[in-house]
Amino acid sequence: MFLRPNLYTSYEAEVQILPTYTKKVLAAIGIILLLLIPFDIPLITSATDLPLLRNIPVISNGIPPLRFLGDNSWLRVLDEALIFGIAALGINILTGMAGQVSLGHAFFMGVGAYSGAVLGGVSTSSVWGWNLPIWIWLPGAGIGAALVGIVVSPVAVRLRGLYLAIVTLGLVFLGIHMSNTTWGRHIAGDPGLGRDFPKYDIRLWKEEAPLITINDDGKWFGFLDVTDNQKKYLFLAVLFLVFILLAKNVARTRTGRALQAIRDRDIAAEVMGVPEFKYKLIAFATSSFFAGIAGALFASFAGKLPASQFSLALSVEFIAILLIGGVGTVSGTVMGTFFVVLTPKFVESFTEWLADKTDGGGVSAKLAEVVISTGPGNQGPISSAIQTPGYPLNVFDWNLVLYGVLIILFLIFEPLGLYGIWIKIRNYWKRWPFSY
Amino acid sequence: MAKLNFDASEPSHLVGLSIVVGGAIFSAYELATGADIYATTLLKSLALGSVYALIALGTVLIFKATEVINFAQGAMAMVGVLFISFMVADGNLPIVGFFWEIPNPIYELGGPEWIKWFLSVIVALVFAALLGLLIERLAIRPMIGEPLFSVAVITLGLEIALRVLANDTVKINFRSVDAPWGNGGFNIGDGFVNWSYFAAMITAAIAFVAVFFFYRSRMGIAMRAVAHDQEAAMAQGINIGRVFAIAWGAGAVLAAMGGLFATQPPVKQTGAVDTDVALVAFRALPAVILGGLDSVQGALLGGLIVGTAEIYAGQYLSGQTAWLGSGYPLIVPYFVMIIGLLVRPYGLFGTPEIRRV
Repeated sequence: MFLRPNLYTSYEAEVQILPTYTKKVLAAIGIILLLLIPFDIPLITSATDLPLLRNIPVISNGIPPLRFLGDNSWLRVLDEALIFGIAALGINILTGMAGQVSLGHAFFMGVGAYSGAVLGGVSTSSVWGWNLPIWIWLPGAGIGAALVGIVVSPVAVRLRGLYLAIVTLGLVFLGIHMSNTTWGRHIAGDPGLGRDFPKYDIRLWKEEAPLITINDDGKWFGFLDVTDNQKKYLFLAVLFLVFILLAKNVARTRTGRALQAIRDRDIAAEVMGVPEFKYKLIAFATSSFFAGIAGALFASFAGKLPASQFSLALSVEFIAILLIGGVGTVSGTVMGTFFVVLTPKFVESFTEWLADKTDGGGVSAKLAEVVISTGPGNQGPISSAIQTPGYPLNVFDWNLVLYGVLIILFLIFEPLGLYGIWIKIRNYWKRWPFSY
Repeated sequence: MAKLNFDASEPSHLVGLSIVVGGAIFSAYELATGADIYATTLLKSLALGSVYALIALGTVLIFKATEVINFAQGAMAMVGVLFISFMVADGNLPIVGFFWEIPNPIYELGGPEWIKWFLSVIVALVFAALLGLLIERLAIRPMIGEPLFSVAVITLGLEIALRVLANDTVKINFRSVDAPWGNGGFNIGDGFVNWSYFAAMITAAIAFVAVFFFYRSRMGIAMRAVAHDQEAAMAQGINIGRVFAIAWGAGAVLAAMGGLFATQPPVKQTGAVDTDVALVAFRALPAVILGGLDSVQGALLGGLIVGTAEIYAGQYLSGQTAWLGSGYPLIVPYFVMIIGLLVRPYGLFGTPEIRRV
């Protein structure tokens, strides 16, 4: 079977999570990289480590040291990507697999965040909280969101297509408003500042010292010396892998096949004996469960968050992740998440780097002069100041514009998203040296 | 338009009947106890309904021609009202005005101020139409034949990009549209009625009559044919590209007109141009959905229902703010939409989708 990767001799072989050797190897490399990223392990400390390049003077001065991230500001962005990845896997089940377009994912994330906060948060005079350990509040957040999903789904099942999109969009506005009422404030806290969310620390019950600390520096299990950022990352990475496995498995079960049948032609699915109502309800509940978990993780990661963060913009972000990654595939969703979450940070650091170069010489200084505007009279589309009234735009606004434009460009030029690009590359090498 | 055949076994009819009867009893009671407040509330709700109906009409026009629901209607409204603001408050032509300030030629002429204002607004609307054409050409035309969901998401991307650019033009500056009616108005008993209420109502009436007649013109018939069946229309020799362009141009103009009144009372008391305009357009989506995505009279009725519900809830439930939360009228449209869709999944006048295996 080694050279015939598309030959399947049984159904079990075809629905394997990783059907080919290439996929197994790639997945193994991916998992190892994912888990090694937070550790400060040097791959190449300097160009002198590379025997071939050592003697070329230009390169030996120019190559930056190549190493894993260690504890730095990029780790926070990756944490966010992992959390968003869990939520994106959820919307992939609802929109990608079952074909129900939802703009309400942020609402379900919010429901999860506040279910988790009430279960695990600390009670004060103004907000409720039961201070339960993480193994209750994190699943509780998912279940809370799933229950709300089940409550909403009878309305949603009656609607199709864009009607559904707009009703779920309405949910987002309703949700943000509900957090602003007198009873909502007991759950969500002050509308401007938000409330304190429970921390990741793993406790057996309500005791003082946690079983496994995640929010403080220190040794894990007596030997692994990691900082709090690294601990958070590892915790989220393991959860992310668990949820990838879950999402992969949903697609392989009877439920997954039923959902795909409903997506492809709902009435035909019903004729074949797939109960539409039941499976749409399951799709809503599962997707909301993922969203709820991600929402609770997101809120807890942020520490303190106003309810207005769970806005339409967040929902749109998930739709963008789905479309940029590739609708209906787990690997596409993962790629899309990293692309959408990391791009703004790349743009930001690139601009920061350019802004530092404005005074120097060489190509980068020339480029910086054209692109960055440091003050009045200095023409350039990007302003180096953080708050600038009017034009030129600052980096954050450019990131938003870029994000909108990226969505448009991807849909116009590559409707299958990053997954489509990957398929094209793969097929090119599969057929090489023949072009078709 | 559906005939009024009442059927007691139909839940939607029962809901409709109970709303009409309940509304009549409530109106009679309020008219007897506080007729002046009731009258101003009614005018206010008609004005708000007109604003929603204008924006909803643009969405429906675009949907009918292109089957795309335009989430960027709010951003287009905001850019449109910025164009108006450039023309009348800064006295510059929009678009090019970002870089080279070209003075608005209309204000160089003589004549009464309000005529110059009116003409400037019309020129600004022409620029808004050009923006609509540009969007259609660059972002929508390449997507003909792609899944509708993708095109809807393209409009979401447009919404983000346009709104951020528009917001950066405003930021903390106070911008206005210098409306000739100002903040003036008159009192009915204890209630106050702004002139802008009537301006909004008249504009909406003109727009709906114009669309009504447009649908009977040659181009309008072509547009309805495209809405009915794109391929068949193409086979009949209808230029679909032109139909799309006209729909987007008209949608942008209607969005700008809606945006203009979204900066005026009753929506906004200060008359400031800011991102709230885009949020108003989002509240017009429930109006579209409630009336039915593909129905012009649905846009009007949906807009009026949503506007009425919002204003009446704001007026008569204000004692309950404690548990409803401040700003509760702003979510009434979504609430009304969800209730309405439970009863009629395709809105009041929407065409049910025929499902085939």
